Amino acid sequence: MEKEEVIVIKDLYKFFSDKPILRGISLTLHRGENLGIMGKSGIGKSVLAKCIVRLIEPDGGEIKVLGTDILQCNDNELNEIRKKVGYLFQGGALYDSMSVRENLLFPIRRTQFVDKKREAEELIETSLRSVGLLEAIDKMPSELSGGMKKRIALARTLILRPEIILYDEPTTGLDAVTSGEISELIIKIREEYNTSSIIITHDTKCAKMATDNIKIMDDGVFIAEGTYDELSHSKEKEIRDYFI
Amino acid sequence: MKKINTKSLKVRNLKIKKFHIDEDIRNFYNGIFIDLGEMILFTGKVIKQFFQPPFEHKEIVKQGFLIGNKSLSLVSVTGFIMGLVLTMQMYPILSDFGAQTLLPGVIAIAMVRELGPVITGLICAGKISSGIGAEIAAMTVTEQIDAMEVSGTKPLGFVVATRVLAATIVVPILVIFADALSLLGAFLAINAFEYMSGTLFINSAFGMLGFIDLIPATIKTVFFGFFIGLIGCYKGYNANKGTESVGYAANSAVVSSSLTVFVIDLIFVLIINIL
Repeated sequence: MEKEEVIVIKDLYKFFSDKPILRGISLTLHRGENLGIMGKSGIGKSVLAKCIVRLIEPDGGEIKVLGTDILQCNDNELNEIRKKVGYLFQGGALYDSMSVRENLLFPIRRTQFVDKKREAEELIETSLRSVGLLEAIDKMPSELSGGMKKRIALARTLILRPEIILYDEPTTGLDAVTSGEISELIIKIREEYNTSSIIITHDTKCAKMATDNIKIMDDGVFIAEGTYDELSHSKEKEIRDYFI
Repeated sequence: MKKINTKSLKVRNLKIKKFHIDEDIRNFYNGIFIDLGEMILFTGKVIKQFFQPPFEHKEIVKQGFLIGNKSLSLVSVTGFIMGLVLTMQMYPILSDFGAQTLLPGVIAIAMVRELGPVITGLICAGKISSGIGAEIAAMTVTEQIDAMEVSGTKPLGFVVATRVLAATIVVPILVIFADALSLLGAFLAINAFEYMSGTLFINSAFGMLGFIDLIPATIKTVFFGFFIGLIGCYKGYNANKGTESVGYAANSAVVSSSLTVFVIDLIFVLIINIL
């Protein structure tokens, strides 16, 4: 039986001034799949992820998230979809005026995800336990290391129990050990929360560990797709170079 | 592994041009009218957020305290000095005509009607609008606003509406405070020239002030507060990526909100004169 499609993108275009960034991108993410997107810096990987949640408005094409055409829906419908799609930003994007607890409480309170304070506290503790940082609950973001910030940001992403998570370079700027830990965490989260993910990365170790399939992007289009082993042993040097 | 044929995709480049119409217009009109239009749309969205739950009472109080606390000392000193200086400048002129007893009333009218609101408005434009602009721009640059957007938490309601409301409430209070301190400054300055009792000063000052002076001046400061907060938020919210845009947002917020203070003042004076 074919797996359910949770994200379907067809012919997606995006231009900045006269420069085309996305030139007819199409992709499908199936339920439970971890799809990696690799490519050089500045070729539009993050733009693609931001188009999926309409942080950036595409100029053409179609994006269906969990069966809803997000380019056609109104603000309220979009907000409902966004609650089901977690997004891990490159820098973590923790709210620096709030403690870790408040960072996690904020989306719960604003979306009225749970009514009772006790339930909210339990959710916060469960999410922090999932990323192994329960002890940081009362710290401020400025007191955390880069890796810890990413983990807390991931805990905040998990707090609304998303069905899909978009990871925007989850291991960038981290040492090899911490990168490995984050990659393991991505796998653990899929098992624990049954999520489907798009992982944008240039980290070959992360791509190898955390993805089922990989698409390689260049000049606004996908130029190759396959598993890590298939692509890293490709006959074409141009493709193999992405995995050096 | 599946190699994707990208040659077929090149045909689609022909369709590129039609997507650029709005950017061409933006360049053509030099951004001014587009910016104004975007500002009006932004204002509409923010006002809508005032009436949409969840209501962030605690955040409004917190922002109000921060805004008021940040500006209070500067507004106090400026108000006091304004009263002092105005009296010292006017006393010799009025005393030549033997009209020095009118001085408290003249100072009160000048401060309450015009100088207190406008000068406090300008100080708040410098302190509050730039502070809000820089803070929200920093949040935009570090993707904190985007993070709120993608979790469906409506940052306009939490970040923008609360700050605009806080500024709308706090600026009139700061103006009243500045007016009061300017009268204190005036009282001390008059007493430096000749003795005048507190009762006589108050009677003289408030004897010349009517509701026609107080009400429009207070309403005006509500608008000052609203636009000072709104412009700071708008500039910060629409900041570009990159750290230099934080400075740009702060600077542009000060310039725009200072200008807006004068424009609102002019509009109120024209309305009062017509009425």
